[in-house]
This record gives sequence, C-alpha cells and structure tokens, in this order.
Amino acid sequence: MKPIETELSAPQLAKAPTGIPGLDEVLLGGIPAGRPTLVCGSAGCGKTLLGMTFLVNGATRFGEPGVFVSFEETSQDLADNVASLGFDVPGLIAAKKLAIDHIRVERSEIEETGEYDLEGLFIRLGYAIDQIGAKRVVLDTLEALFSSLSNEAILRAELRRLFGWLRERGLTTIITGERGAGTLTRHGLEEYVSDCVILLDNRVEDQVTTRRLRIVKFRGSAHGTNEFPFLLDDQGITVVPLSSAGLGHRVSAEVVSTGIPGLDAMLGLGGIYRGSSVLISGVPGSGKTILGASFAAAACARGERCMFFSFEESAELLIRNVKSANVELRKHVESGLLRIETKRPTSFGFEMHLAHMQRELDRFQPSSVIVDPVTSFRGPDSEVHALLLRMLDILKTRGITTIFTSLTSSNERVSQADFGLSSLMDTWFFLVDIESNGERNRGLYALKSRGMSHSNQIREYLLTGDGVKFVEAYLGVDGVLTGSARLAREAQERIMAQQQREDVVRRRREIASQRAATQRQIAELQAQIEAQDVEVERLIAQEERRETGAETDRAAMGASRGVHGNGKDKSQPASQTRHDTREPMRVR
Amino acid sequence: MADLYNLRLYVAGQTPKSLAAIANLKRLCDTYLAGRHSVEIIDLIDEPQLAIMDQILALPTLVRRMPKPIRRIIGDLSKTEHVLLGLDIQAWSAS
Repeated sequence: MKPIETELSAPQLAKAPTGIPGLDEVLLGGIPAGRPTLVCGSAGCGKTLLGMTFLVNGATRFGEPGVFVSFEETSQDLADNVASLGFDVPGLIAAKKLAIDHIRVERSEIEETGEYDLEGLFIRLGYAIDQIGAKRVVLDTLEALFSSLSNEAILRAELRRLFGWLRERGLTTIITGERGAGTLTRHGLEEYVSDCVILLDNRVEDQVTTRRLRIVKFRGSAHGTNEFPFLLDDQGITVVPLSSAGLGHRVSAEVVSTGIPGLDAMLGLGGIYRGSSVLISGVPGSGKTILGASFAAAACARGERCMFFSFEESAELLIRNVKSANVELRKHVESGLLRIETKRPTSFGFEMHLAHMQRELDRFQPSSVIVDPVTSFRGPDSEVHALLLRMLDILKTRGITTIFTSLTSSNERVSQADFGLSSLMDTWFFLVDIESNGERNRGLYALKSRGMSHSNQIREYLLTGDGVKFVEAYLGVDGVLTGSARLAREAQERIMAQQQREDVVRRRREIASQRAATQRQIAELQAQIEAQDVEVERLIAQEERRETGAETDRAAMGASRGVHGNGKDKSQPASQTRHDTREPMRVR
Repeated sequence: MADLYNLRLYVAGQTPKSLAAIANLKRLCDTYLAGRHSVEIIDLIDEPQLAIMDQILALPTLVRRMPKPIRRIIGDLSKTEHVLLGLDIQAWSAS
C-alpha cells in the first residue's frame, strides 16, 4: 500500500525550501509546507542553527517571515550565535521579517495550584505570527517544558493541541527535540509530529567528529534515505547529498595538456582527456606535487579554473616550493583562477572532507582539481578506499579533470591505496627511483592511459629550475640509463660520433688520392694511345710518301727514257728527288 | 497596611478556568489579605503583547509583584494551600 500512497500524494505535496545547501536536495524540495517537521538530535548537533537558518532563508530568500520561539537561548544569544554566518537577525527583526520570542520557564518560580493550560503559549505565538505575517515557525525546544511543568498529562494534551493549531494555520514548523535513549526524542515528541522527521547525528570515531543527517520519515514524499554528512562551520549548515555513484557522467573527447611537454609526448594524443582522472604515484621527493602544480598552472594558463587541495603543504609553502621548479602559481591565485584549499587530513573525518570538498567544488566550479596527496588520509583501508572512490565520483560526475597524487614507499612500488584506486583512474603515471652507479635518478612511466596509446618507456626526467624536463632515454644492458650512466653514455656517443666523422674525412682523403692515381694512370694510357695513334699516322704517311716517291722515280725514269709524264713535275730537277726506296731515320 | 500585596492575574477570555481562578482569587484575598492587597486582572486576549512582556506561558497565571521577589503560580487557584504556599502567605496571618 505504501508505495501507492507515495505515488499518489507526492505530486500534490507542497514543500517549503529550507535554503540549506544540500538539504532541499535530500528532501526533494524541502520540508512539508504548512506542516510540522521534527528535527531531533543530541546536544550540539546543530538543531538550533538549522532552525534559525530555515527562518532566515525563509525571510530573506523565499518571502516567508518566521517566528523563532526559543525555550533555551535568549534572543540576544541567538542573534549573536548566527551573526558570524552573516545573518543579520536584529535587522530582520526590525524589518518585521523575523520575530524571536524567548519563553523562559523556571520551575522554581512556579507553583501549580490546579487546572491550567498553555493558552499563554498560543497567545504569544499567535501574537508574534500576526505581527509579521509569519509563514514559518521554529519551536526550540519544546522539551524544555517537560522539565518546567510537572503535569505531564496537561502538557501532552496541550502539545497535541499546539500541533493541531499550527497545522490548522498552515504554518511550516520546525520543532526541535533532544534525542533520547532508544527513542528519537527524550519525551516522545515524534508521536505528535508524523509528517517529517529529520535526525541529526554527531558521532566521534577515532577522535574525529562526523556529523550526519538522515530523513527518518517523510510522509507523502520520496526522500533520500541514506545518512548524509553535513558541515557546520563558518558557512553555516551544508548537507552533502552523496549522489549515487553512477557512471553516467559526461565524456569528453577533448585533450588537455598536462603542462609538461615531455609528459604529453608520452601519451598518444599529446595530453589527457578532459574530465579524466590521472593518478601520479611516486616515492617521496619524486616531484609529484610539482607535476600536479604544473598541471594546475597549465589549466590556469588556458583560462580555466582549477582547485588545488593540498593536504600537506600550506598555500604559501606550496607556491614557494613549486616556484623552485619554475611553476608559477601565485599569479593564478591572484587572478582568481586557482584556489588552494589546505586542510589537515586529520582535522576532521572523511565524511567532512568529502562534504567540504563537494561544497567548495560547487561554489568554485573548477574545471580541474588536484588532490595532493590522497595517501594523506589515514584509516582503515576499506574506509579510505570508500572515501577516495566517492571523491572520484564527485569529481567525475562534475566532469572535472582530476590529478591525484599518491605517495608510495620505495620498497613497495604500488601502495594499497593505489591498487584500490587504479581501476577508477584513466591514466596512471608512476614515478620511480632508478638507483644505479651509486646515485638516485628519477624515472617516469605510464602504467596505463585509457583510450589512447602511450609510450612504454621509462623516461628519465629532471626537476630543473626551468620546470620538469624529460631527457632522451638510453637503454643499457640493465635497462634504462639514467644520471651519470646516461651522461657517460652520452659522452661515449659523442666520442663515437667524432671518430666516425674523422673516419669519413680520412676515407675521403684516401679515396681522393686513389682517384688521383687512377686518373694519372688513365692519362698515361691515354698518352700511350696517342703515341700509338701518332705512330699509325706516321706509318700511313710514310707509306703514302713511299708510293709517291716510287711514282716520281718511275716518272723520272720515264723522262730519262723520253717518256713525259705530268708537266708539273717536269721543272723539278732530278737531283732533288731522293732515292726513296730507303726508309728515313725516325727519331723519337 | 494597604497594597502590601500587589497581585496580577492573567487569564484568556471567559473560560471556565479563568472564571474559576477569578472567583478563587477573590475568595482567597478576602479571607487572607483583606485590606492589604491590590489585584489586577489581565485578559491576554485583549493585550497579547503582555504575555510576551511578562513571560506568561500557562494560564491562568497569578503573579505576586509585591512584595519582592516576584512569584508566579499557575492553575485555577483551586488548591488553596498551594496558593498560600506559592504567595508565601502564612495561614495564621488571617486571624
């Protein structure tokens, strides 16, 4: 039957928002309008503040004036207590938006002499309500009456009448009650208020206090049923509805730089996905904070808001320390893009940390968050794990790019916390010590990076005054070469290169001289050929001459015998004609 | 000695309790405080602000304003002994 009732009445149920961050969310709108709500809890758990916040918000934000009936604190005390929250109680009273009536009952002053009722309370309340046209009422706390008046039968009858009266007048009322042993309230106020019951709890575990809130009952409405942590500090009350850890968060394909070129280069896409989570695990002194700060500075340089949760260093200390690696945070803090939240991990419980974080995130709306380091949360493994899971969920559902740093001890490379977290992280960098040749060097490798290829190399990096610098990786026989081994290797390579250059020059010279020799040989052979050619020509010429000479001789012989040959040769004296049968002497 | 006892009775309307209280007070005063008292009856229906100013919660309430200290007793004043005790009036003073 119950679910049907809920379904039928839920849409009609009017709700009055409390204006308390988170609480309205848990209540799915607010407390039931025009009906009484019981807020119970032990001493000091924030009942009065909740009531006062409800009224002040009603007066200032929802146009509903309210009456605060206090059975414990005076008007002055109440006003003073909330002044630090920025609530101007005297101003609201003057503006007739708020009325405070302090009802003081001293049992010692009262003698009961017969039949009576609490009509005086009704008259006072009615008067105050009419004066300011109140829509909201807080009664804090009615149980004081039980200690003042001895006739409980009358009191109970009157309380029943009071709640009926409040309901009749359509007043949204918060009644506070002190928690009793085994019951919600010491005097069973819950039996009169059946619409909505909110339980505040203040538990101390391991010397840290955790405040929690639970909606015990909300007739006619669905509501969050879990225990929700809430904060009670200089910002007033903030309830933190830890949304069910869904996986339906936004997914971005945009890639953002890590702020370190060498690191970006190790990732296939040149950076990490926006909204993804990065775990940087490393041994002490490996530069986790500097890596985180580099990312923060890069985000701010892009004009995005970034929040740095520093659990170990104060803001000033952080700024100074990372500046030594040329990571400038101060200007971003001053420009308002970067907020450094420093809280000691031990200063309050896990729930409070989460609640605080969630509130600050909602206020500042950063696009990226650095948590440095997550390992500073100490406690039972299961609780720390749950804390980090939820922290990550809070960040992921908001689409915030997250860098978690995690401290690992040098002999155990992966800490327990890391194991728990790793499955949730998208990218995991490991900073390791590489010990060799009597020195310690820093190496980084990407253990995983979802959705992109990434280098499998262990890269050495240096924390220099000019930022984080990645150096060329040298693979030696025993793995990657780092530090002086790398330097030695570098020197060796330089020498080898020099030698090679010299070799080339020498070979060149050799080849050149060989070539010259060959060339000379070619010239010699060429000369030989030429000489042979000349010889051949000479032989030919000689042969021709010899033939010509023979002809002349024959002509001369013919002439001498009276036979005329050519007239041309006629004038030639016979003496000029040599005897040509003989070979001329050739001198070479 | 007149006005030794200054009493104020707060009621709300003409309810049976109010009427009973008024009647009981009159009888008590006549019996024990004849000639040395003044009584004021305040109906909070007419002057509700007085409920706040005088810290009235239960009704009827009788306040002994004088002699000091202020004492308040609640109820319809039907239990005479309790009233005398609350007002610190010795029964013998009547005689």
